[in-house]
Order: sequence, then structure tokens, then C-alpha cells
Amino acid sequence: MTAIINISLKTGVLDSQGKAVHHALDSLHFSGVKDVRIGKQIIVKLDETDKNKAMTDVTKMCEELLANTVIEDYEIKLV
Amino acid sequence: MKVTILQFPGTNCEYDTQHAFESLGANTEIVWHKKESLPSDTDLLVVAGGFSYGDYLRSGAIAKFSPIMKAVSTYANNGGKVLGICNGFQVLTEAGLLPGALKRNDGLHFISKHHNLKVINNDNIFLEKLNNGDVVNIPIAHHDGNYYIDSDGLKELEDNNQILLKYTACDGEILNPNGSVDSIAGVCNKEKNVFGLMPHPERAMESLLGSDDGLAMLQGFLKA
Repeated sequence: MTAIINISLKTGVLDSQGKAVHHALDSLHFSGVKDVRIGKQIIVKLDETDKNKAMTDVTKMCEELLANTVIEDYEIKLV
Repeated sequence: MKVTILQFPGTNCEYDTQHAFESLGANTEIVWHKKESLPSDTDLLVVAGGFSYGDYLRSGAIAKFSPIMKAVSTYANNGGKVLGICNGFQVLTEAGLLPGALKRNDGLHFISKHHNLKVINNDNIFLEKLNNGDVVNIPIAHHDGNYYIDSDGLKELEDNNQILLKYTACDGEILNPNGSVDSIAGVCNKEKNVFGLMPHPERAMESLLGSDDGLAMLQGFLKA
């Protein structure tokens, strides 16, 4: 099983990279861009075949290491 | 007075820190992160600056799992004095020994220059040789120095006098180089035995090299 983890700054925490990219899109005349947020994706391959167990494990990984929950949110997809 | 200085792979300020404390008359020992205990006569533990583990994942995120960090937590929780400078501050926030987090500078650039800082609370051993409102000139050198804490956390810092230093201009007016919440440059824990700051007092020890304002800061620890 593979866990795809998306980590991004929490809403309300200024994402300066996103903002800079937003400005760049504006200057390229892409109109109608409302907001840009930049995050990172971590792909973890697991031996586990039980989805619930995998979710529990990966959540623990996120809480302990992969995300800093003071400033970041994470989203886990299992495929 | 014994100062123990931690060294992770990627730490690069351990020898400056050693030189600074030795010039003040302290005994020092550099301890490699693979060790599982601290020298028993440690009076002050310094987590020095640098780029532990190449800042992979997040600054300080991997270092917090080094073997030595269990001993660091125990030492801090027993009231031992801990000072984290720059990457050391990042490590201490990641390890949960200090509140908040450090994120990428708002301007996205690495900033390396002298900056003025105002002393906000001197009722702690780190800043007791200075007065509240004093402005000191200390170098900063960081990419991820943008201090973040939510509004509840900020209120708690204010209520408990945990804000140590803020970035200012030379007249003490707020001047924020990196986007830090409330222009915060350094904080301590509630118990006032764990200190963290992004600026480098150990690089401000000689007026010939631009500033000796770091002397008064580091001297605070020496009476212990």
C-alpha cells in the first residue's frame, strides 16, 4: 500500500512562497487566480495491507515527524 | 561553570560558541549527537547554530530524534538551563521544549546581517545583565527565522513574560526583517530555563568584529 501525504501551511499562516507565485502568475496575465498555496507531498510505501492500520500508522508518522502541526496541516490518501 | 555544546551532523557554530564561552572563562565540551547522556557537571547546555541534517524536511525536524535529545529533554525538564541559538532554537521548538515554530522568512531570502534587537523581558538569567528596552546589535543569519505562534500562544507568551527579544531599528522601533509574529526574535519557556533565539550572540563578542553586545547576554549564564 502507498500513502500519499500532502502537507501545507495551515489556513491563517501566511504562505509567502504561495504569495510570490501568485504575484508571478498575475504578472504573466493569468487572470482570475484567487489564491496559491504551496505544500509538499511525501510518498510512503508500506508493507501494511489493512487500510485502517495503515491510516493509524501514517497519522502517527505525520504527528510525530512529517508535519509540524503548529504551522502545518496534513492530508493522507491511501492507494 | 561548565558549558556543554551539542553537535549534530550539519552544526557549524559549535566552535564559535565554544570560543565565546571560553573567552568568558567557562569550561566547555562539545558533545556529539549520538551520545545518550550529557556530562554530569553541565551547568548550561547550548544547542548551537548550523544546518542540522541539512535542514531536511524542516529545520530541526530530524535532529529532535537524535539519541542525545532524550537526555536534553530530561535535563530541561529537571530545570537545567538550555540555550538554543538559530538552528538550536529551531531544534528546541521542534522538540516541543519551546513554544511556536520557525518558518521560511517572508521575503524567501536567506538573511545575513547585523540587526538591532530590543530587550523585552530581562527577568531571566539570559538577559538579566541588560535592561528592558535596551537595544543590542547582534548578527542574524537564517532562512527559516520567521517565528510563528497562534494568537492564544502569543497572549500566553506576553502574560508570562516569555518574549525575550524583538527585531527593531537602532531607536528601538519595531523593524521586522523576516515576518516573525510580533517581530519576535527570541523566547523562553514558562519556567524560564529554556531559551531560544534566531540571532547569534556568540558572533558578537568583539567590537573589532562589529559588535560586542553578545557579551552581556552570555555573561548572564556565567554566574550560575
